[in-house]
Amino acid sequence: MFRYYLKLGSLSIRANPMLSFLMVAAIAIGIGACMTIMTVKHVMSGNPIEHKNDQLYHVQVDNWNPDDPYEDPDLPPEQMTYLDAKALFDASRAFRQTKSYKISRVVQPDGDDARPFQTDGRATTADFFPMFDVPFQYGSGWDNSADATEERVAVLSRELNEQVFGGENSVGRILTINGESFRVSGVIDEWNPVPKFFDLNNNPYEKPESLYLPFSLAVAGKFDRGGNTSCWKPFEGEGFEAFLASECIWIQMWVELQDESAKADYMQFLDAYVEEQKLLGRFPRPLNNRLYNPAEWMDYQEVVDDDVDVLLGLAVLFLVVCLLNTIGLLLAKSMRRAKDTSLRRALGASKLELFKQHIFEAGIIGVAGGLLGIAMTWLGLRGIENLYVEYDFIQHLVRMDWSMISLAVVLAVTSAVGAALYPTWRTCNITPATHLRLQ
Amino acid sequence: MEIGPIWRAMMRSKGGYILIALQIAVTMAIMVNAIAIMQERGSRMARPSGLDEANTFAFVSVGFAPDMNNKALINEDLDTLRNLPGVKHVTASNSFPLRQGGWSEGLHREPGVGKSVSSSAIYFVDEHGLDTFGLELIDGENFAPEQVGWDSDTDDPWPATVIVSQALGEHLFPDHEGPYVGKTFYFNDDNPAKIVGVVKTLQSPWQGWAGVERAMLVPQRRDSEFVRYIVRTEPGYRDELMVQVEELLASSNKDRIIRHMVTMDEVRKLAYLGDAAMIKILTFVVALLTAITGLGLVGLASFSVARRTRQIGIRRALGATKAAIVRHFMLENFVISSIGIVAGGGLAVGLNIFMVQAFSLTPLAWYVIPIAMVVLWIVGQLAVAGPARKASNISPAIATRSV
Repeated sequence: MFRYYLKLGSLSIRANPMLSFLMVAAIAIGIGACMTIMTVKHVMSGNPIEHKNDQLYHVQVDNWNPDDPYEDPDLPPEQMTYLDAKALFDASRAFRQTKSYKISRVVQPDGDDARPFQTDGRATTADFFPMFDVPFQYGSGWDNSADATEERVAVLSRELNEQVFGGENSVGRILTINGESFRVSGVIDEWNPVPKFFDLNNNPYEKPESLYLPFSLAVAGKFDRGGNTSCWKPFEGEGFEAFLASECIWIQMWVELQDESAKADYMQFLDAYVEEQKLLGRFPRPLNNRLYNPAEWMDYQEVVDDDVDVLLGLAVLFLVVCLLNTIGLLLAKSMRRAKDTSLRRALGASKLELFKQHIFEAGIIGVAGGLLGIAMTWLGLRGIENLYVEYDFIQHLVRMDWSMISLAVVLAVTSAVGAALYPTWRTCNITPATHLRLQ
Repeated sequence: MEIGPIWRAMMRSKGGYILIALQIAVTMAIMVNAIAIMQERGSRMARPSGLDEANTFAFVSVGFAPDMNNKALINEDLDTLRNLPGVKHVTASNSFPLRQGGWSEGLHREPGVGKSVSSSAIYFVDEHGLDTFGLELIDGENFAPEQVGWDSDTDDPWPATVIVSQALGEHLFPDHEGPYVGKTFYFNDDNPAKIVGVVKTLQSPWQGWAGVERAMLVPQRRDSEFVRYIVRTEPGYRDELMVQVEELLASSNKDRIIRHMVTMDEVRKLAYLGDAAMIKILTFVVALLTAITGLGLVGLASFSVARRTRQIGIRRALGATKAAIVRHFMLENFVISSIGIVAGGGLAVGLNIFMVQAFSLTPLAWYVIPIAMVVLWIVGQLAVAGPARKASNISPAIATRSV
């Protein structure tokens, strides 16, 4: 029976090649538009640290202006002051904790003709690497002891290691940064979490920094800050010391807590810390501490651009138009074949038989549309890549895997079969006598 | 006219026609909203930054040797640059419009910590800042050279005079009908700043910010190893000067790096990359959508003609002219299109209201709807023209056959 339907279906499709092509093309284009935007959205809203989503928490405390919340309605600041980051880090109440900020450094490679160059860096602490599961090509991060001793150690990205050391195992080698010597403790392997969840304050889709130096050294050396700094209260005193003691926020603080009770304990500790600071005259706003896991944090920071959702909405409507188009064409086709269908009915084919036959035919069109739709998706993604040449993360969109391909085909077949339901139902309810009378 | 019989004929098999009308309606809803978004983006991209963009470039000098004499290097660089042939004006500044990064500050009308009434982008420049940016001064005057000091030479966190954009003046003093020159506001707690000049347009570095038009020039030289230079050239000199300047400054001092050499045209392109891409994507969507709907209508009309071959033959045999047959199909399409277009107008407005609320877009301009209506009418008529002509060529003899 299956082969018979296949034969009938392909005969019917070949009987109207232009029309069949139009239906396949419409489904393919609709599927292509939807899948393209869905892929973009999938990449932009991904959670690169999903496997630790219930263990990592971004820490927020509200040290802002009593008359003016950091953001309406009554949201705490997105970064932390030096004072609080230091106090919370030194208290060491979480399983792991890290504080970090973006810096800008000049790397001076050895050799007379090698030109110095500037690079983005991150001042951070030892726990950063195990907390965020940073993969290492050579060596590892630095010891926790280096955080306190201001040891001159550095972790390099794979790219930076290639640029400076030609990609060799450079662990233990010396690198000159802004005129000071640092010992390489590790080289990070290919690592590009999209979005860059641990610091969403600048561009959430930029690459991770290529140089990692101990936080304590960066502060002691007054390294240039590469990220945003926000302040609300004038400094008390002069110079960098006054800045460190100020209510300016510029540090990202994360903790790793292994279960719900650890999270509850940490929240209690945070509340107690803020209450204690209130007695010293800080934290004029009501208690408003937050611990967000990476998924919540990305949601809170609204990393996915509204444009993507607008386009997704339009793409779905686009698919609707393509399907209405297909339904209309199938209906017209079935009306035209009314005589043929009536004959089959008169010769004894049951309604169920006819139903199966027509749905099968729609299924063939759906599969063809889905396969062509995958090609359209590929084209669409290449188009998007070309439009956003300057955005690095977009350049890795064309990575369609099996789940995407099967999703496209399933979507196409469901759409086509769904589109075929009404025309088929109409066909099955034909009264053979009306159409055979003229014969 | 033959609308009556056509309408009655259509009502006998509503299903197909409702589908076509629905397809036209959804097409129209997408088309109208896509055009509304394109218009919004287009007008956003057309806003002037205030700068002489065509003849301006910028770059950064980063010193990295310990204990550099920043002041001496900056003075020397400015001297070198200002003496190059083709250079009109040069200033050092922390940022410039459309750069996406910069300094913003909350402002107060009264002294004391409290809720700020406005906020503004800050550009630290010297007395050449106004001319380097190429701003149009509409009131007051430029900074005098003696008003511009080094930040490291003073204990005052903020200079006492500023030049503001007209938009910032309006935002700071909403009840005041200008002139804003002579008015005073406060940086954070109690640092007063007097407005000495007002420029027509000066955008902030963040083109996506609601306060993008609020910015000010602050007369201060920054003693830092990180310096951003902005160079305005005579027309036509920009590209050769960029190469020349990079070479000259990189070799004049080996303890610093020259980087981020960009023209304002490149800065603008990068700032509006997302908007430009959105316009391109939506143009493509609208074109594709119109094509699919148009082709679908051609297919449906062909079917309709084929199915009614005999009926058309009978009409021809009974005396209908070829033109009458063409008119029948054209009118039929016109009726369905009109229903679809009217429904589409409602759908488009509904979708727009939703999108304005959900994504804070600008509401659509009323005239987009009639334009889309006319376009879809034309598409419908064009689509049906071919099949209708074919129908008119059906021979009246068909009527005598039984199949």
